[in-house]
Amino acid sequence: MTGFSRLALTEAKLFLREKAALLGVFGLPVALVIGFGLIPGFSDPQKSLSGQIGTEYIAGLGIAIVLASLGLTGVPMVIGQYRERGVLRRLGVTAVRPLTLLTADLTVWAASALISVAMVVAVVRLAFHVPVPRAAGWFILAVVLGIASLFAVGMLAAAVAPNARGSAGIGWLLFFPNMFLAGIYFPTEDMSATMRQAGNFTPLGSALHAVRDSWMGIDPRPEYLGIMAAWALIAGALAARFFRWEQA
Amino acid sequence: MTWVIEVTGLTKRYGGQAVVDGISFHVDQGEIFGILGPNGAGKTTAVECMEGLRRRDAGQVRILGLDPKTDGHRLHQRIGVQLQQAQLQDRLKVREALELYASFYPHPADWRELLERWGLAAKAGTKFGKLSGGQKQRLFIALALVGNPEVVFLDELTSGLDPGARRATWDLIAQVRNSGVTVVLVSHFMDEVEELCDRVAILERGRIAALDTPAGLVDSAGAQYRVRFRPLAPLDEQSLGALPGITAVSRRGEQVTVTGTGDFAAAVTAELARRQIVAADLRIEGRSLDSAYVALTGRSMDT
Repeated sequence: MTGFSRLALTEAKLFLREKAALLGVFGLPVALVIGFGLIPGFSDPQKSLSGQIGTEYIAGLGIAIVLASLGLTGVPMVIGQYRERGVLRRLGVTAVRPLTLLTADLTVWAASALISVAMVVAVVRLAFHVPVPRAAGWFILAVVLGIASLFAVGMLAAAVAPNARGSAGIGWLLFFPNMFLAGIYFPTEDMSATMRQAGNFTPLGSALHAVRDSWMGIDPRPEYLGIMAAWALIAGALAARFFRWEQA
Repeated sequence: MTWVIEVTGLTKRYGGQAVVDGISFHVDQGEIFGILGPNGAGKTTAVECMEGLRRRDAGQVRILGLDPKTDGHRLHQRIGVQLQQAQLQDRLKVREALELYASFYPHPADWRELLERWGLAAKAGTKFGKLSGGQKQRLFIALALVGNPEVVFLDELTSGLDPGARRATWDLIAQVRNSGVTVVLVSHFMDEVEELCDRVAILERGRIAALDTPAGLVDSAGAQYRVRFRPLAPLDEQSLGALPGITAVSRRGEQVTVTGTGDFAAAVTAELARRQIVAADLRIEGRSLDSAYVALTGRSMDT
Protein backbone atom coordinates (compact mmCIF):
# COMPACT_ATOMS: atom_id res chain seq x y z
CA MET A 1 0.00 0.00 0.00
CA THR A 2 1.26 3.47 -0.75
CA GLY A 3 1.75 6.16 1.85
CA PHE A 4 -1.43 7.87 0.73
CA SER A 5 -3.74 4.88 0.98
CA ARG A 6 -2.20 3.80 4.29
CA LEU A 7 -2.64 7.32 5.65
CA ALA A 8 -6.20 7.55 4.33
CA LEU A 9 -7.05 4.21 5.92
CA THR A 10 -5.51 5.27 9.22
CA GLU A 11 -7.25 8.63 9.23
CA ALA A 12 -10.56 6.93 8.39
CA LYS A 13 -10.06 4.68 11.42
CA LEU A 14 -9.30 7.69 13.62
CA PHE A 15 -12.41 9.43 12.29
CA LEU A 16 -14.52 6.41 13.20
CA ARG A 17 -13.13 6.65 16.75
CA GLU A 18 -14.46 10.22 17.14
CA LYS A 19 -17.89 9.49 18.53
CA ALA A 20 -19.01 13.13 18.48
CA ALA A 21 -17.99 13.57 14.85
CA LEU A 22 -19.80 10.38 13.84
CA LEU A 23 -22.94 11.54 15.58
CA GLY A 24 -22.75 14.92 13.87
CA VAL A 25 -21.98 13.64 10.39
CA PHE A 26 -24.16 10.53 10.24
CA GLY A 27 -26.53 10.61 13.22
CA LEU A 28 -27.77 14.20 13.21
CA PRO A 29 -29.01 14.52 9.60
CA VAL A 30 -30.78 11.16 9.74
CA ALA A 31 -32.36 12.00 13.09
CA LEU A 32 -33.42 15.36 11.68
CA VAL A 33 -35.24 13.93 8.66
CA ILE A 34 -36.86 11.18 10.75
CA GLY A 35 -37.98 13.66 13.42
CA PHE A 36 -39.55 16.07 10.94
CA GLY A 37 -40.73 13.28 8.67
CA LEU A 38 -42.94 11.93 11.45
CA ILE A 39 -44.83 15.23 11.74
CA PRO A 40 -48.27 14.57 10.17
CA GLY A 41 -48.72 16.31 6.85
CA PHE A 42 -45.07 17.27 6.57
CA SER A 43 -44.58 14.93 3.63
CA ASP A 44 -46.93 17.06 1.52
CA PRO A 45 -45.78 19.99 -0.58
CA GLN A 46 -45.48 23.10 1.60
CA LYS A 47 -46.64 26.46 0.25
CA SER A 48 -44.17 28.30 2.54
CA LEU A 49 -41.27 26.31 1.05
CA SER A 50 -41.89 27.19 -2.60
CA GLY A 51 -44.02 24.07 -2.90
CA GLN A 52 -41.28 21.68 -1.78
CA ILE A 53 -42.22 18.60 0.25
CA GLY A 54 -41.42 19.33 3.93
CA THR A 55 -39.36 16.20 4.44
CA GLU A 56 -37.45 16.81 1.21
CA TYR A 57 -36.67 20.34 2.37
CA ILE A 58 -35.42 19.03 5.74
CA ALA A 59 -33.28 16.44 3.92
CA GLY A 60 -31.56 19.27 2.03
CA LEU A 61 -31.10 21.09 5.31
CA GLY A 62 -29.51 18.01 6.87
CA ILE A 63 -27.11 17.76 3.94
CA ALA A 64 -26.17 21.43 4.28
CA ILE A 65 -25.52 20.98 8.02
CA VAL A 66 -23.21 18.04 7.33
CA LEU A 67 -21.23 20.00 4.74
CA ALA A 68 -20.96 23.05 6.98
CA SER A 69 -19.98 21.23 10.14
CA LEU A 70 -17.38 19.08 8.37
CA GLY A 71 -15.95 21.90 6.28
CA LEU A 72 -16.14 24.85 8.62
CA THR A 73 -15.60 23.21 12.01
CA GLY A 74 -14.06 19.77 11.42
CA VAL A 75 -11.46 20.71 8.81
CA PRO A 76 -9.90 23.72 10.60
CA MET A 77 -10.04 22.03 13.99
CA VAL A 78 -8.23 18.85 12.97
CA ILE A 79 -5.75 20.49 10.60
CA GLY A 80 -4.98 23.18 13.19
CA GLN A 81 -4.30 20.49 15.78
CA TYR A 82 -2.13 18.45 13.44
CA ARG A 83 0.01 21.50 12.83
CA GLU A 84 0.18 22.62 16.45
CA ARG A 85 0.98 19.15 17.76
CA GLY A 86 3.73 18.62 15.20
CA VAL A 87 2.03 15.76 13.36
CA LEU A 88 2.73 17.58 10.08
CA ARG A 89 6.31 18.37 11.08
CA ARG A 90 7.00 14.76 11.93
CA LEU A 91 5.74 13.64 8.52
CA GLY A 92 8.02 16.26 6.98
CA VAL A 93 11.06 14.14 7.84
CA THR A 94 9.65 10.95 6.32
CA ALA A 95 9.54 9.95 2.69
CA VAL A 96 5.85 10.92 2.77
CA ARG A 97 4.98 14.61 2.48
CA PRO A 98 2.78 16.31 5.10
CA LEU A 99 0.64 17.31 2.10
CA THR A 100 -0.20 13.63 1.69
CA LEU A 101 -1.79 13.65 5.14
CA LEU A 102 -3.88 16.72 4.29
CA THR A 103 -5.01 15.08 1.04
CA ALA A 104 -5.81 11.84 2.86
CA ASP A 105 -7.84 13.70 5.49
CA LEU A 106 -9.80 15.74 2.96
CA THR A 107 -10.51 12.56 1.00
CA VAL A 108 -11.78 10.75 4.11
CA TRP A 109 -13.99 13.67 5.12
CA ALA A 110 -15.34 14.16 1.61
CA ALA A 111 -16.16 10.46 1.45
CA SER A 112 -17.92 10.70 4.85
CA ALA A 113 -19.98 13.63 3.56
CA LEU A 114 -20.99 11.69 0.45
CA ILE A 115 -21.96 8.64 2.53
CA SER A 116 -24.01 10.84 4.84
CA VAL A 117 -25.79 12.43 1.85
CA ALA A 118 -26.54 8.98 0.44
CA MET A 119 -27.93 7.90 3.83
CA VAL A 120 -30.24 10.92 3.98
CA VAL A 121 -31.51 10.30 0.46
CA ALA A 122 -32.08 6.62 1.25
CA VAL A 123 -33.85 7.26 4.56
CA VAL A 124 -36.33 9.82 3.21
CA ARG A 125 -36.98 7.60 0.20
CA LEU A 126 -37.56 4.41 2.19
CA ALA A 127 -39.24 5.83 5.29
CA PHE A 128 -41.24 8.72 3.86
CA HIS A 129 -41.51 7.94 0.14
CA VAL A 130 -39.76 11.17 -0.77
CA PRO A 131 -38.53 10.74 -4.35
CA VAL A 132 -34.79 10.62 -4.91
CA PRO A 133 -33.40 13.88 -6.35
CA ARG A 134 -35.02 14.25 -9.73
CA ALA A 135 -32.20 16.17 -11.39
CA ALA A 136 -29.71 13.61 -10.11
CA GLY A 137 -26.71 14.88 -12.07
CA TRP A 138 -27.21 18.46 -10.89
CA PHE A 139 -27.77 17.19 -7.36
CA ILE A 140 -24.46 15.31 -7.31
CA LEU A 141 -22.67 18.31 -8.81
CA ALA A 142 -24.25 20.58 -6.17
CA VAL A 143 -23.10 18.31 -3.35
CA VAL A 144 -19.59 17.97 -4.76
CA LEU A 145 -19.22 21.72 -5.27
CA GLY A 146 -20.66 22.29 -1.79
CA ILE A 147 -18.01 19.99 -0.32
CA ALA A 148 -15.25 21.62 -2.36
CA SER A 149 -16.22 25.19 -1.44
CA LEU A 150 -16.80 24.60 2.29
CA PHE A 151 -13.69 22.45 2.69
CA ALA A 152 -11.64 25.10 0.90
CA VAL A 153 -12.94 27.78 3.26
CA GLY A 154 -12.13 25.50 6.22
CA MET A 155 -8.61 24.99 4.88
CA LEU A 156 -8.20 28.73 4.51
CA ALA A 157 -9.21 29.17 8.15
CA ALA A 158 -6.60 26.59 9.14
CA ALA A 159 -4.02 28.24 6.89
CA VAL A 160 -4.23 31.73 8.35
CA ALA A 161 -4.91 30.88 12.01
CA PRO A 162 -1.95 31.29 14.35
CA ASN A 163 -2.70 28.12 16.34
CA ALA A 164 -5.18 25.28 16.82
CA ARG A 165 -7.54 27.35 18.98
CA GLY A 166 -7.56 30.16 16.46
CA SER A 167 -8.13 27.73 13.66
CA ALA A 168 -11.16 26.16 15.32
CA GLY A 169 -12.35 29.61 16.43
CA ILE A 170 -12.33 31.06 12.92
CA GLY A 171 -14.20 27.96 11.78
CA TRP A 172 -16.97 28.50 14.31
CA LEU A 173 -17.13 32.22 13.47
CA LEU A 174 -17.77 31.28 9.85
CA PHE A 175 -20.12 28.45 10.75
CA PHE A 176 -22.93 30.41 12.40
CA PRO A 177 -23.36 33.25 9.86
CA ASN A 178 -23.17 30.71 7.05
CA MET A 179 -25.87 28.60 8.71
CA PHE A 180 -28.00 31.68 9.36
CA LEU A 181 -27.73 33.24 5.91
CA ALA A 182 -28.07 29.90 4.13
CA GLY A 183 -31.50 29.51 5.75
CA ILE A 184 -30.79 26.69 8.16
CA TYR A 185 -32.46 28.43 11.11
CA PHE A 186 -35.43 29.70 9.09
CA PRO A 187 -36.13 29.28 5.37
CA THR A 188 -34.82 31.84 2.90
CA GLU A 189 -38.45 32.16 1.74
CA ASP A 190 -39.08 34.13 4.97
CA MET A 191 -36.03 36.38 4.56
CA SER A 192 -35.83 39.93 3.27
CA ALA A 193 -34.54 40.30 -0.28
CA THR A 194 -31.22 41.73 0.96
CA MET A 195 -30.62 38.86 3.36
CA ARG A 196 -31.53 36.34 0.73
CA GLN A 197 -29.13 38.02 -1.68
CA ALA A 198 -26.35 37.94 0.92
CA GLY A 199 -27.08 34.30 1.63
CA ASN A 200 -26.72 33.43 -2.05
CA PHE A 201 -23.13 34.60 -1.94
CA THR A 202 -22.18 32.28 0.90
CA PRO A 203 -20.95 28.84 -0.13
CA LEU A 204 -23.50 27.18 2.14
CA GLY A 205 -26.38 29.31 0.84
CA SER A 206 -25.59 28.44 -2.76
CA ALA A 207 -25.16 24.79 -1.83
CA LEU A 208 -28.55 24.58 -0.14
CA HIS A 209 -30.31 26.35 -3.03
CA ALA A 210 -28.67 24.08 -5.58
CA VAL A 211 -29.47 20.96 -3.54
CA ARG A 212 -33.12 21.97 -3.05
CA ASP A 213 -33.64 22.90 -6.68
CA SER A 214 -32.05 19.78 -8.12
CA TRP A 215 -34.02 17.62 -5.69
CA MET A 216 -37.27 19.14 -7.00
CA GLY A 217 -36.07 18.51 -10.55
CA ILE A 218 -35.26 22.14 -11.34
CA ASP A 219 -31.92 22.91 -12.98
CA PRO A 220 -30.06 24.93 -10.33
CA ARG A 221 -29.32 28.53 -11.30
CA PRO A 222 -25.77 28.71 -12.77
CA GLU A 223 -24.86 31.45 -10.31
CA TYR A 224 -25.24 29.02 -7.39
CA LEU A 225 -22.80 26.61 -8.98
CA GLY A 226 -20.54 29.46 -10.03
CA ILE A 227 -20.45 30.95 -6.54
CA MET A 228 -19.50 27.58 -5.03
CA ALA A 229 -16.84 27.01 -7.67
CA ALA A 230 -15.45 30.49 -7.04
CA TRP A 231 -15.25 29.89 -3.28
CA ALA A 232 -13.55 26.55 -3.89
CA LEU A 233 -10.97 28.01 -6.26
CA ILE A 234 -10.26 31.28 -4.47
CA ALA A 235 -10.27 29.98 -0.90
CA GLY A 236 -8.39 26.88 -2.02
CA ALA A 237 -5.71 28.90 -3.78
CA LEU A 238 -5.33 31.27 -0.83
CA ALA A 239 -5.13 28.33 1.58
CA ALA A 240 -2.40 26.74 -0.53
CA ARG A 241 -0.58 30.07 -0.72
CA PHE A 242 -0.67 30.89 2.99
CA PHE A 243 -0.65 27.47 4.62
CA ARG A 244 2.02 27.12 7.28
CA TRP A 245 3.28 23.64 8.04
CA GLU A 246 4.44 24.38 11.53
CA GLN A 247 3.44 26.44 14.50
CA ALA A 248 5.41 29.68 14.62
CA MET B 1 37.45 9.12 2.59
CA THR B 2 33.80 9.94 2.24
CA TRP B 3 31.89 10.88 5.35
CA VAL B 4 28.35 9.93 6.15
CA ILE B 5 27.69 13.49 7.23
CA GLU B 6 29.57 16.51 5.94
CA VAL B 7 28.68 19.96 7.21
CA THR B 8 30.64 22.99 6.03
CA GLY B 9 29.91 26.53 7.13
CA LEU B 10 26.27 25.76 7.92
CA THR B 11 24.47 29.01 8.71
CA LYS B 12 20.85 29.70 9.55
CA ARG B 13 19.56 33.19 10.29
CA TYR B 14 16.31 34.36 11.80
CA GLY B 15 15.55 38.03 11.33
CA GLY B 16 19.16 38.79 10.39
CA GLN B 17 20.48 37.03 13.49
CA ALA B 18 22.57 33.93 12.91
CA VAL B 19 21.16 31.18 15.11
CA VAL B 20 23.61 28.72 13.56
CA ASP B 21 26.76 30.56 12.58
CA GLY B 22 29.04 28.77 10.15
CA ILE B 23 29.51 25.41 11.80
CA SER B 24 31.57 22.67 10.16
CA PHE B 25 32.11 19.05 11.08
CA HIS B 26 31.87 15.60 9.65
CA VAL B 27 30.68 12.29 11.00
CA ASP B 28 32.03 8.90 10.11
CA GLN B 29 29.92 5.82 9.54
CA GLY B 30 28.93 4.04 12.74
CA GLU B 31 29.81 6.97 14.95
CA ILE B 32 27.63 8.40 17.66
CA PHE B 33 28.15 12.11 17.22
CA GLY B 34 26.96 14.38 20.01
CA ILE B 35 25.81 17.96 19.72
CA LEU B 36 25.92 19.44 23.18
CA GLY B 37 25.03 22.89 24.38
CA PRO B 38 22.69 24.99 26.46
CA ASN B 39 19.15 25.84 25.42
CA GLY B 40 19.15 28.33 22.56
CA ALA B 41 22.64 27.39 21.36
CA GLY B 42 21.23 26.42 17.96
CA LYS B 43 21.50 22.65 18.34
CA THR B 44 18.00 21.83 17.16
CA THR B 45 18.11 24.36 14.33
CA ALA B 46 21.40 22.94 13.09
CA VAL B 47 20.06 19.40 13.13
CA GLU B 48 16.79 20.44 11.48
CA CYS B 49 18.79 22.00 8.62
CA MET B 50 20.55 18.66 8.27
CA GLU B 51 17.25 16.76 8.26
CA GLY B 52 15.80 18.97 5.55
CA LEU B 53 13.13 20.35 7.87
CA ARG B 54 14.63 23.84 7.62
CA ARG B 55 16.44 25.48 4.74
CA ARG B 56 19.94 26.69 5.53
CA ASP B 57 20.93 30.21 4.52
CA ALA B 58 24.55 29.38 3.75
CA GLY B 59 27.05 26.55 3.81
CA GLN B 60 27.04 22.99 2.55
CA VAL B 61 25.38 19.92 4.00
CA ARG B 62 25.71 16.39 2.65
CA ILE B 63 24.05 13.47 4.37
CA LEU B 64 24.84 10.13 2.73
CA GLY B 65 26.03 12.22 -0.19
CA LEU B 66 22.63 13.91 -0.54
CA ASP B 67 21.83 17.59 -0.08
CA PRO B 68 18.80 17.88 2.24
CA LYS B 69 17.85 21.13 0.53
CA THR B 70 17.43 19.68 -2.94
CA ASP B 71 17.25 15.94 -2.38
CA GLY B 72 15.10 15.79 0.75
CA HIS B 73 12.76 13.15 -0.57
CA ARG B 74 15.51 10.64 -1.32
CA LEU B 75 17.29 11.49 1.90
CA HIS B 76 14.18 10.93 4.01
CA GLN B 77 13.96 7.33 2.83
CA ARG B 78 17.37 6.66 4.37
CA ILE B 79 17.33 8.59 7.63
CA GLY B 80 15.32 8.29 10.83
CA VAL B 81 14.41 11.25 12.97
CA GLN B 82 13.14 11.77 16.47
CA LEU B 83 11.98 15.35 16.84
CA GLN B 84 11.96 17.18 20.11
CA GLN B 85 8.39 18.41 19.89
CA ALA B 86 6.19 16.38 17.62
CA GLN B 87 3.17 14.49 18.85
CA LEU B 88 1.05 11.93 17.07
CA GLN B 89 -2.70 11.75 16.64
CA ASP B 90 -4.25 11.14 20.07
CA ARG B 91 -6.42 8.25 18.98
CA LEU B 92 -3.71 6.49 16.98
CA LYS B 93 -2.71 3.21 18.62
CA VAL B 94 0.95 2.33 19.16
CA ARG B 95 0.77 -0.61 16.76
CA GLU B 96 -0.93 1.48 14.10
CA ALA B 97 1.65 4.24 14.40
CA LEU B 98 4.51 1.82 13.80
CA GLU B 99 2.69 0.04 10.99
CA LEU B 100 1.87 3.39 9.36
CA TYR B 101 5.40 4.73 9.54
CA ALA B 102 6.83 1.39 8.40
CA SER B 103 4.70 1.73 5.25
CA PHE B 104 6.50 4.97 4.35
CA TYR B 105 9.86 3.29 3.77
CA PRO B 106 11.13 0.99 1.03
CA HIS B 107 12.85 -1.46 3.42
CA PRO B 108 11.25 -1.11 6.84
CA ALA B 109 12.34 -2.91 9.99
CA ASP B 110 10.04 -5.45 11.63
CA TRP B 111 7.87 -3.18 13.75
CA ARG B 112 6.81 -6.05 16.02
CA GLU B 113 10.42 -6.55 16.99
CA LEU B 114 10.79 -2.82 17.66
CA LEU B 115 7.73 -3.00 19.91
CA GLU B 116 9.44 -5.73 21.93
CA ARG B 117 12.84 -4.10 22.02
CA TRP B 118 11.53 -0.74 23.17
CA GLY B 119 9.28 -2.23 25.82
CA LEU B 120 6.04 -1.28 24.12
CA ALA B 121 4.62 -4.74 23.38
CA ALA B 122 2.15 -4.50 26.26
CA LYS B 123 1.04 -1.09 24.97
CA ALA B 124 0.57 -2.12 21.31
CA GLY B 125 -3.18 -1.51 21.49
CA THR B 126 -2.98 1.67 23.56
CA LYS B 127 -3.85 5.01 22.00
CA PHE B 128 -1.09 7.59 21.81
CA GLY B 129 -3.02 10.02 24.00
CA LYS B 130 -3.12 7.46 26.81
CA LEU B 131 0.64 6.80 26.90
CA SER B 132 2.91 8.14 29.63
CA GLY B 133 5.68 10.56 28.75
CA GLY B 134 8.29 7.82 28.82
CA GLN B 135 6.21 5.51 26.67
CA LYS B 136 5.68 8.28 24.11
CA GLN B 137 9.40 8.94 24.05
CA ARG B 138 10.19 5.27 23.44
CA LEU B 139 7.59 5.19 20.66
CA PHE B 140 9.25 8.22 19.03
CA ILE B 141 12.61 6.43 19.10
CA ALA B 142 11.06 3.28 17.67
CA LEU B 143 9.45 5.37 14.89
CA ALA B 144 12.84 6.90 14.11
CA LEU B 145 14.21 3.38 13.62
CA VAL B 146 11.27 1.75 11.82
CA GLY B 147 12.54 2.67 8.36
CA ASN B 148 15.85 0.82 8.88
CA PRO B 149 17.72 4.13 8.55
CA GLU B 150 21.41 4.53 7.81
CA VAL B 151 21.56 7.72 9.85
CA VAL B 152 19.43 8.48 12.90
CA PHE B 153 18.94 11.94 14.38
CA LEU B 154 17.83 11.91 17.99
CA ASP B 155 16.91 15.23 19.57
CA GLU B 156 16.82 15.07 23.37
CA LEU B 157 16.72 11.30 23.36
CA THR B 158 15.95 10.67 27.02
CA SER B 159 13.74 13.63 27.95
CA GLY B 160 10.85 12.35 30.03
CA LEU B 161 12.49 9.03 30.85
CA ASP B 162 13.16 7.85 34.38
CA PRO B 163 16.76 6.93 35.36
CA GLY B 164 16.27 3.22 34.73
CA ALA B 165 14.76 3.80 31.33
CA ARG B 166 17.56 6.24 30.44
CA ARG B 167 20.19 3.57 31.07
CA ALA B 168 18.21 1.01 29.08
CA THR B 169 17.83 3.53 26.24
CA TRP B 170 21.56 4.21 26.18
CA ASP B 171 22.24 0.48 25.90
CA LEU B 172 19.79 0.17 23.03
CA ILE B 173 21.27 3.17 21.19
CA ALA B 174 24.73 1.64 21.57
CA GLN B 175 23.30 -1.52 19.97
CA VAL B 176 21.87 0.52 17.11
CA ARG B 177 25.30 1.99 16.50
CA ASN B 178 26.94 -1.41 16.69
CA SER B 179 24.75 -2.51 13.81
CA GLY B 180 26.51 0.12 11.66
CA VAL B 181 23.99 2.95 11.93
CA THR B 182 25.36 6.46 12.33
CA VAL B 183 23.75 8.37 15.16
CA VAL B 184 23.55 12.13 15.70
CA LEU B 185 22.55 12.86 19.25
CA VAL B 186 21.40 16.29 20.36
CA SER B 187 21.51 16.63 24.10
CA HIS B 188 22.00 18.91 27.03
CA PHE B 189 22.76 16.02 29.37
CA MET B 190 26.49 15.64 30.09
CA ASP B 191 26.21 12.10 31.40
CA GLU B 192 24.37 10.98 28.29
CA VAL B 193 26.91 12.46 25.92
CA GLU B 194 29.82 11.15 27.96
CA GLU B 195 28.34 7.68 28.04
CA LEU B 196 27.28 7.37 24.43
CA CYS B 197 29.16 9.68 22.10
CA ASP B 198 32.34 8.90 20.21
CA ARG B 199 32.81 12.57 19.46
CA VAL B 200 31.08 15.70 20.67
CA ALA B 201 30.64 19.19 19.29
CA ILE B 202 29.92 21.77 21.95
CA LEU B 203 27.70 24.43 20.46
CA GLU B 204 27.56 27.88 21.93
CA ARG B 205 25.61 30.79 20.43
CA GLY B 206 25.49 29.02 17.10
CA ARG B 207 29.20 28.24 16.93
CA ILE B 208 31.28 25.20 17.74
CA ALA B 209 33.17 26.01 20.91
CA ALA B 210 34.97 22.66 20.98
CA LEU B 211 34.91 19.37 19.11
CA ASP B 212 36.62 16.22 20.34
CA THR B 213 36.06 12.89 22.01
CA PRO B 214 34.51 13.26 25.48
CA ALA B 215 37.86 12.26 27.01
CA GLY B 216 39.71 14.66 24.73
CA LEU B 217 37.42 17.48 25.77
CA VAL B 218 38.07 16.69 29.41
CA ASP B 219 41.83 16.72 28.79
CA SER B 220 41.91 19.84 26.67
CA ALA B 221 39.70 21.73 29.07
CA GLY B 222 42.55 21.59 31.57
CA ALA B 223 40.07 21.56 34.38
CA GLN B 224 41.55 20.68 37.76
CA TYR B 225 40.39 17.55 39.46
CA ARG B 226 41.34 15.53 42.49
CA VAL B 227 42.54 12.02 43.17
CA ARG B 228 42.04 10.80 46.73
CA PHE B 229 43.37 7.61 48.24
CA ARG B 230 44.59 6.01 51.46
CA PRO B 231 48.10 4.54 51.11
CA LEU B 232 48.41 1.22 52.89
CA ALA B 233 52.17 1.72 53.29
CA PRO B 234 54.17 4.74 54.46
CA LEU B 235 54.30 7.37 51.71
CA ASP B 236 56.13 10.67 51.45
CA GLU B 237 53.25 12.27 49.64
CA GLN B 238 55.15 15.45 48.76
CA SER B 239 57.40 13.39 46.49
CA LEU B 240 54.38 12.92 44.21
CA GLY B 241 54.37 16.66 43.56
CA ALA B 242 57.15 16.26 41.03
CA LEU B 243 54.92 14.23 38.68
CA PRO B 244 53.67 16.03 35.57
CA GLY B 245 50.36 17.85 35.78
CA ILE B 246 50.14 17.92 39.54
CA THR B 247 49.46 21.26 41.18
CA ALA B 248 49.00 20.35 44.83
CA VAL B 249 49.34 17.45 47.24
CA SER B 250 47.89 17.40 50.72
CA ARG B 251 47.20 14.91 53.48
CA ARG B 252 44.49 14.80 56.10
CA GLY B 253 44.95 11.96 58.52
CA GLU B 254 45.47 8.85 56.43
CA GLN B 255 43.94 10.31 53.28
CA VAL B 256 46.10 11.84 50.58
CA THR B 257 44.59 14.28 48.06
CA VAL B 258 46.38 15.07 44.80
CA THR B 259 45.08 17.91 42.63
CA GLY B 260 46.09 18.48 39.03
CA THR B 261 45.16 18.77 35.39
CA GLY B 262 45.35 16.44 32.42
CA ASP B 263 45.84 12.72 32.77
CA PHE B 264 47.89 12.89 35.98
CA ALA B 265 45.83 10.22 37.73
CA ALA B 266 47.52 7.54 35.66
CA ALA B 267 50.93 8.93 36.62
CA VAL B 268 49.98 8.83 40.30
CA THR B 269 48.76 5.25 40.23
CA ALA B 270 51.79 4.17 38.17
CA GLU B 271 54.12 5.82 40.65
CA LEU B 272 52.35 4.12 43.56
CA ALA B 273 52.62 0.79 41.80
CA ARG B 274 56.31 1.35 41.16
CA ARG B 275 56.81 1.93 44.86
CA GLN B 276 54.62 -1.09 45.56
CA ILE B 277 52.21 0.95 47.65
CA VAL B 278 48.61 -0.17 47.57
CA ALA B 279 46.13 2.69 47.36
CA ALA B 280 42.89 1.96 49.17
CA ASP B 281 39.64 3.89 48.67
CA LEU B 282 40.96 5.39 45.41
CA ARG B 283 38.56 8.02 44.08
CA ILE B 284 38.75 10.43 41.19
CA GLU B 285 36.63 13.51 41.67
CA GLY B 286 35.63 16.22 39.25
CA ARG B 287 37.09 14.64 36.14
CA SER B 288 33.99 14.77 34.06
CA LEU B 289 32.64 16.33 30.92
CA ASP B 290 30.62 18.51 33.24
CA SER B 291 33.63 20.31 34.66
CA ALA B 292 35.30 20.30 31.25
CA TYR B 293 32.24 22.00 29.81
CA VAL B 294 32.40 24.73 32.43
CA ALA B 295 36.11 25.19 31.77
CA LEU B 296 35.62 25.32 27.98
CA THR B 297 32.62 27.59 27.84
CA GLY B 298 33.08 29.53 31.04
CA ARG B 299 29.63 28.70 32.26
CA SER B 300 27.61 25.79 33.49
CA MET B 301 25.01 24.11 31.36
CA ASP B 302 22.08 25.07 33.51
CA THR B 303 22.34 28.81 33.02
